[in-house]
Amino acid sequence: MADTFKLFVDGVEVDVPKSYTLLQACEAAGAEIPRFCYHERLSIAGNCRMCLVDWVGAPKPIASCAQTVGDMRPNPDGTPPRVETKSPRAIKARNGVMEFLLINHPLDCPICDQGGECDLQDQAMGYGRAGSRYSENKRAVDDKYMGPLVKTVMTRCIQCTRCVRFISEVAGVEEIGLANRGEDAEITTYLEKSLTSELSGNVIDLCPVGALTSKPYAFNARPWELRKTESIDVMDAMGAAIRVDARGPAVMRILPRVNEEINEEWISDKTRFVWDGLARQRLDKPYVRENGALRAVSWGEALAAAADMLKAPAGQIGAIAGDLADAESMMATMDLLGSLGVVSLDCRQDGTRLGLDADGTRLPRESWLFNSTIMGIDEADAILLIGADPRKEAAVLNARIRKAWLRGSVPIGVIGERADLTFEYDYLGAGPDSLNLLKPGNAMFESLQNAKRPMIIVGQGALAREDGLSILSAASGLAASVGAFKPAEGWNGFNVLHTAAARVGGLDLGFLPGKGGRDVAGIMAGAASGEIKTVLLLGADEIDVSKLGSAKVIYIGSHGDAGAHRADVILPAAAYTEKSGTYVNTEGRVQRTARATPPKGEAREDWAILRALSAVLGKSLPYDTLAQLRAKLLENHPTFRGTDFAPHTNAESHAPPYGSVGSVQATPFRSPVGVFHLTNPIARASRTMAECAELAAGAVAVAAE
Amino acid sequence: MSHRRFHHPDPNATFVFTKETESQIAWWEKKYPLERRNSAVIPALWVVQKQNGGWLSEAALRAVGDRLGMAYIRVYEIATFYTMFNLEPVGKYHFQVCGTTPCMLRGADKLKSFCERKIGPKGQVSRSGTFSWVEVECLGACVNAPMIQINDYYYEDISIETLEQLIEDFAAGKEPKPGTYAKRQTSAPEGPATSLTDPALFDGSRAEPLKTIPGAPQPAAPEETKA
Repeated sequence: MADTFKLFVDGVEVDVPKSYTLLQACEAAGAEIPRFCYHERLSIAGNCRMCLVDWVGAPKPIASCAQTVGDMRPNPDGTPPRVETKSPRAIKARNGVMEFLLINHPLDCPICDQGGECDLQDQAMGYGRAGSRYSENKRAVDDKYMGPLVKTVMTRCIQCTRCVRFISEVAGVEEIGLANRGEDAEITTYLEKSLTSELSGNVIDLCPVGALTSKPYAFNARPWELRKTESIDVMDAMGAAIRVDARGPAVMRILPRVNEEINEEWISDKTRFVWDGLARQRLDKPYVRENGALRAVSWGEALAAAADMLKAPAGQIGAIAGDLADAESMMATMDLLGSLGVVSLDCRQDGTRLGLDADGTRLPRESWLFNSTIMGIDEADAILLIGADPRKEAAVLNARIRKAWLRGSVPIGVIGERADLTFEYDYLGAGPDSLNLLKPGNAMFESLQNAKRPMIIVGQGALAREDGLSILSAASGLAASVGAFKPAEGWNGFNVLHTAAARVGGLDLGFLPGKGGRDVAGIMAGAASGEIKTVLLLGADEIDVSKLGSAKVIYIGSHGDAGAHRADVILPAAAYTEKSGTYVNTEGRVQRTARATPPKGEAREDWAILRALSAVLGKSLPYDTLAQLRAKLLENHPTFRGTDFAPHTNAESHAPPYGSVGSVQATPFRSPVGVFHLTNPIARASRTMAECAELAAGAVAVAAE
Repeated sequence: MSHRRFHHPDPNATFVFTKETESQIAWWEKKYPLERRNSAVIPALWVVQKQNGGWLSEAALRAVGDRLGMAYIRVYEIATFYTMFNLEPVGKYHFQVCGTTPCMLRGADKLKSFCERKIGPKGQVSRSGTFSWVEVECLGACVNAPMIQINDYYYEDISIETLEQLIEDFAAGKEPKPGTYAKRQTSAPEGPATSLTDPALFDGSRAEPLKTIPGAPQPAAPEETKA
């Protein structure tokens, strides 16, 4: 066949696409190739030379990462080329490379944070020689300042340039470079400025040695003493796959896991470094407010106080679910308040107009999902962002849009704030007026219409406003008129980008005002005017609690943030690393977090608190264990039945437009995420995030040397 | 060579191209397609270095980055990679003394110590601001070793005496001629020719007259009758 190439690797015949590199071909044949500079998701540099293999007949060993299979020639007799990865020559070549790499590498593994998970350490064991023959002075390199997240020990650097390539290619900000040359070569940021990318923490994972390590984690733990729990991130609505590393009761660090469908292998800095917030500002005891001050009480007392407040008439009770609430606790809240006859429930604390139509009927699920899926961005050939700033709202997703843009032929349009998104785009306008201009004849309209895989991404900046429903209708109407809904091809080009991990779960559950119920704004207004007597906050901190008037506030949550400061009863709950909770990401993908550490102090899992509260109220919820609750959840809400996959678009999917047409205001779209690093109570409790936010705001003068 | 770092970077400093510099950068820039105009960065840095008195200040580097739409770190990588870009101030006459093996064997060490005595420590501008000197790796004029590059020109076959004379001349505001300071033509052997000296080699007397012109078309062979 013309587009595949046949070769022998260690005697194993493989037939691989001509575009493969020799390294990939060797891996396809089952051979193990050591490498430092090569990385699947970055461009090829070919400068570490560790991947040398022996191409029989070639005068020198070949760097397999930089050799395209299609460029190889067959043997003179016409037989496919033979490559040896374990021949004496290949072994000797790697041995030599390894020796050179180690010549200038310090022998400080005992005090190096990379120790135990270091590529250089592992490969020196596997491919290096037993001792050093080098007796001269080793070189030393000054450490560089790279900001509050990345710690540098530059003497350990082996100049693989993965960090340079990641920052300029994936993160899209050219901030790291290789200065000087030869023996003096060193990795640095320009004049040691702090990194500004939201994805900068990924260079720590990419660094094959201990040159770039995590500053907050420095000298805290060794990898082998950490308990590793695979979980899901809740810092944004992407639900990135993470691994939570804990020792004893403390989370020591958070690392990404590979999930091609969501985060590939990157996570944002907020996801990675928020963990110190899990140990600060925690609510570890129940509290009751007496004479204006909070007093620590027993669970029994606190629950009795909360139950008292819930004995108000159902019409005078409201409940708001926060951005980090899991589906289980939201369902328990719904069941409990439902049994009391409460209808003023809302999970949309930012005031987004999703879920309910103007007349109060439920909208189809497609109207609040990222229907094209995150992986769909890779296929997209025209993208329109409406009121979304993905760099702040979902940093990893932004990198994916950038990846699509890098293909070169994907037109991207933006309506909303003119932000630096790390890719170029056509700026179409600031507000709804510009949305109305997208009609036949408009260039962006045409490219969406002509695209095979058009994507319209609507952010909360466009939906969390009074006319959000009209904008939902207009944007989905646009999706319909450009033909973005293609059920036969499994493609729905209408996408909603959420900012909160809990939002889609809440909308799916129907944690929404019932008939005659109040929404968030209604509850707030009612509380201010005295019509609402009791407000239950399920981790809701993003509302203006000062406007709750004289209403009694029950706060169920993990952190002492805005909600807890206003609360009259605090019921301490578990954070996302401390419970197994179900979250639905912006695509509608149902995922579960896992418990990495126990809840702090007397805190309990949210659903268990609600179960206990229901018993005190004499309205016991019909489940005693999490498993029973889940069974109920799956029974009542079929969308939760499968985990870890995004819903497919097919003939049964609801076609746009969604929602009824209404009038729009002229106010420009504004992203709800003001400060990237401080969007939720956990992040606001984190010192690292505070430092990052301060730096981002430019308040701190950048330290040079 | 040691690490090359900026001389007192000042984030508030600005650098303004002269008309001449700007027109030269524009000339270089025009050689490349618009999306590849970064390619003009090396000549642009060179032109700016000339304007700035032989070295690149941090502000000058930023100006080049802004001019060509490049991230500063990318310009910085280039400026630190090439030793032709000086990141610290140099004298009006910047001596680059070659110290690589052929020059070293022909006495570069003496030149270096002479420079140190006469001009000052390596890499520092003399008190008068007229001179500075550095040691560089091979400049590719080994046949005329030892040699020194002074600003844009090579001064070759340098001895202590000629170096002293050069320094005096430059200090006096003269412009000594570049090239070799030995008695020879460019890099030809010193003294009279030692081989191929027979004049008969060059007067044509040893050439044999040609009978046929090599490679000339042969007369066509007579056509054979078909059997």
